[in-house]
Amino acid sequence: MKALSLAVCAALFLTGCGHKASDQGGDVVKIGLAAPLTGPQAQLGQDMANGARLAVDEINAGHPQIGGKPVTFRLLAEDDQADPKTATNVAQRLVDDGVAAVIGHMNSGTTIPASRIYYQAGIAQISPSATAVKYTHQGFDTAFRVMANDAQQGTVLGDFAVKTLGAHRIAIIDDRTAYGQGLADQFERTVKALGADVVDREYTTDHSTDFMAILTNIKAKKPDLVFFGGMDPQAGPMIRQMRQLGISAKFLGGDGVRTPQFITLAGPAAEGAYASTPGLPIGKMPKGPEFQAKYTAKYGPIQQYAPYAYDAVYVLAGAMEKAGSADPKTFLPVLRQTDYQGVTGPIRFDANGDLTQGAITLYQVQKGAWVPLQTFQKH
Amino acid sequence: MDILAQQILNGLVLGSIYAVVALGYTMVYGILELINFAHGEVTMMGAMVAISVIGLGLAAGLPALPLIVLAMLAAIAACMLLGLGIERFAYRPLRRAPRLAPLITAIGMSILLQNIAMMIWGKQYIPFPPVFPQGEHRILGAHVTDVQIIILITTVLLMLALTLLVKHTRLGRAMRAIAQSQPVAQLMGVNVNAVVAATFAIGSALAAVAGVLVAANYGQAQYYMGFLLGLKAFSAAVLGGIGNIAGAMLGGLLLGLIESLGAGYIGQLTGGFLGSNYQDVFAFFVLILVLVFRPSGLLGERVVERA
Amino acid sequence: MNARKRAWLAALALGLGLAVLPFALDGLLGPYWVRVLDFALLYAMLALGLNIVVGYAGLLDLGYIAFYGVGAYLYALLASPQFGIHWPFWATLPLGAALAALFGILLGTPTLRLRGDYLAIVTLGFGEIIRIFLNNLDAPVNITNGPQGITAIDAVHIGGFSLGRRHELLGMSVPSTVLYYYLFLICMLVVVFISLRLENSRIGRAWVAIREDEVAAEAMGVPTRNIKLLAFAMGASFGGLAGGLFASFQGFVSPESFNLMESIMILCMIVLGGMGHIPGVILGAVLLTVLPEALRYVGDLQRHVLGRVVVDPADLRMLLFGLALVLMMRFRPAGLWPSRRRQREFSATGDVAEQEQASLFDARR
Repeated sequence: MKALSLAVCAALFLTGCGHKASDQGGDVVKIGLAAPLTGPQAQLGQDMANGARLAVDEINAGHPQIGGKPVTFRLLAEDDQADPKTATNVAQRLVDDGVAAVIGHMNSGTTIPASRIYYQAGIAQISPSATAVKYTHQGFDTAFRVMANDAQQGTVLGDFAVKTLGAHRIAIIDDRTAYGQGLADQFERTVKALGADVVDREYTTDHSTDFMAILTNIKAKKPDLVFFGGMDPQAGPMIRQMRQLGISAKFLGGDGVRTPQFITLAGPAAEGAYASTPGLPIGKMPKGPEFQAKYTAKYGPIQQYAPYAYDAVYVLAGAMEKAGSADPKTFLPVLRQTDYQGVTGPIRFDANGDLTQGAITLYQVQKGAWVPLQTFQKH
Repeated sequence: MDILAQQILNGLVLGSIYAVVALGYTMVYGILELINFAHGEVTMMGAMVAISVIGLGLAAGLPALPLIVLAMLAAIAACMLLGLGIERFAYRPLRRAPRLAPLITAIGMSILLQNIAMMIWGKQYIPFPPVFPQGEHRILGAHVTDVQIIILITTVLLMLALTLLVKHTRLGRAMRAIAQSQPVAQLMGVNVNAVVAATFAIGSALAAVAGVLVAANYGQAQYYMGFLLGLKAFSAAVLGGIGNIAGAMLGGLLLGLIESLGAGYIGQLTGGFLGSNYQDVFAFFVLILVLVFRPSGLLGERVVERA
Repeated sequence: MNARKRAWLAALALGLGLAVLPFALDGLLGPYWVRVLDFALLYAMLALGLNIVVGYAGLLDLGYIAFYGVGAYLYALLASPQFGIHWPFWATLPLGAALAALFGILLGTPTLRLRGDYLAIVTLGFGEIIRIFLNNLDAPVNITNGPQGITAIDAVHIGGFSLGRRHELLGMSVPSTVLYYYLFLICMLVVVFISLRLENSRIGRAWVAIREDEVAAEAMGVPTRNIKLLAFAMGASFGGLAGGLFASFQGFVSPESFNLMESIMILCMIVLGGMGHIPGVILGAVLLTVLPEALRYVGDLQRHVLGRVVVDPADLRMLLFGLALVLMMRFRPAGLWPSRRRQREFSATGDVAEQEQASLFDARR
């Protein structure tokens, strides 16, 4: 009996925490956010959360109304630890808490399993960063994203490698993660279609630091370009070891490579490396410099996903206002018709929930910094 | 031809690193029959301490050579203390417990050390400053860096020194005695606790050297780096015959060569059906095969130099 | 009231408690905790399976998660759009268990001669090999879909009744997580029942005999080869069953769910709970599944009280986890809820302890 009453007390306490009365007047519209807020990718996840937080604070400051009634938006941030199983738990938690929509998740590996739970609950989901094609191709009318997917990025990278860099003999490495493999496969399809030779395809893992064996293989095939689908902790030592082995081929990667960390880890070997990132360079985004100033003043330098999360919140709030309801059943069709000029560029969704105009920008390391070269709009 | 030479060299460098770490596993195992899972983390700690010391030294304007020596000594000292601490507080109280208990402790220790390192040095990979000589050479058509040469030479020297220690010193004799029979050694007046502690200290010092060399070779370090390295080194020790010093060396070099040549030639061997994504499968497969036919490893005797 | 009656009453109370538990959790704390409970049951099944191999037979297996993966992938392949096959669960689940058992024998056969620590590294390698194959069998023929994993896996259907949806039953709205809870509970009870029967059977005693002293067991006429293989197969089949359930529950499988850390986690569950003791093993599984979720509140609490997160709860989780393992072994090596027999072994003193401990888990001499 005692145990039961204890449990009830605990429950009351916990639910008490969960349902704190709103600070401002009117109804509270809850928006969930799920990303790795702890663990190795915490920095990127926090960046995403802060981007969304900034948008929510701004919108609330403007006394938003939905259907003629004043409302307050509240962001519930949950940590999915970049783990698929935890992601489904977290998704369930957000659904329990009665969120109207979710910004997230960050990784494709967590976004996909979680999307099923949101779909079943009929809750809108916008991922600012999950790029696996599959996420929006499961037939879920609740799944959206505000970043170009792997197919779009892989295609642009392939075009760039063959048409701009003039590569004919290409070697491809991927790290056997969903991200790296997806990107590398699309890249391979594109360059093959453009008539370039894929002279070697090698593989590594997302924990490796020694690439001498596969690079020696690649060296024997004499490529003029090496493409890597993977992240910076591998790309850094990889390009060092390439140069060490005397491979002078160009080095190209995706957004996992285009980080300051890559330059730190690769040292002087980073010079001349190419990489892409979905979206425009922050300086060229329509409201980029303005956003950057606001964000930096509050949270410090932007890592990567903050502007996308920021836009995602505005897109959601816009759809709710237009539909006059925070009920996903009512605002989901409106969300699909979104036509919004965001910080990151124009946001319009196709039938799957992908961006119709995903911009992708290519960068090169010049004098120890990433410099934007050119931006491709989806054709 | 120069491709084969390069792959062999790649394998030897990788194998030397495995071998030095494997020596630490094998020494502890030879004496206590304990898989010290935390050994990989000691290696990582060595790398991290060295990076911190080098960072401080560079800020103070120290020249490269004394800085390397200083960093190495600091890493060795820190790792020895760590190894002694682990032995004293985690393993010694369990010396008479059932076999699985210290193994679980070791896994727990490994996780604990990873997280402590993460709290101190963060989650990101941190670059190893380029203080080692950065020259490059060509031998038989293969590209070799100064750091790689240093790794190869250091490994051979450490191996020789360790063999001399075990075979020809009082401490070495005491170690062998304990490995044969702990109670009898104790009766013969061997201070078991002191010798075991010394074993941990020596193993940890080796780990520190390995850690610094690994970080210098790949130019980076992170809290998780010790786990996989430790696992590979442990496999190497088992391959050679755990508890046997020459076995650790042989196992390490073999594993390095298998991985390197495996990644290099697995495609040709299987007619393009399997690629370098099966590199680890290949390595584990060889390990299993060896153990099936020689269940106690290549040079398999269970204890250090059981004559 | 005699002892028998009392035992029946206790069982009845426990049964009732287990039956209403998800509704209580759902009502008090929300379906999120029911989902956590579901995972706890899955891990309990896994832990019970590993318990047979490690706890009963004393064979240290560090690649156990591979069987979970085999079961999960078999279910995923036979009940998803991957091949367009949609077999019902009563075919796929037993098939997954059987295939896992086959893999258990596949692992067991070449490793029969190996001693404890060598066995540990070989099983570890086996686990990695399975994971690497799952991760790479997307080319040249796409079987597993590689690192992208398999999506849209069917939920368990009983006739036209899908466990993957919310249903209105007896005037109550019953969510999918609660429905799966009952399925998992039934499966776990079956696993517990088999474990219990095995424990006190000839086979169970033979396992313990091998664990205590393999040579002596062989001398007493125990067919050690077959008995060891049986341990691998039995343990693996539980893992395969749990894997199939996981695939249907999650609706998505990818190779990253079957890594070495998971194997170690399950080993830790049985060690923490009390190796070889069924209630202890279940306790260990539940504790280690619920603990990280509970630690989530540490982060929330920090945010509420201090306004920011000072200590990252995920960091804290692994730190505490490592510390717990070390401290447990130091101060309560038999686990939180050990069997009486094991407790005696651990608290034995003097010569008896020397002898016991020299042979315990040491199937090598």
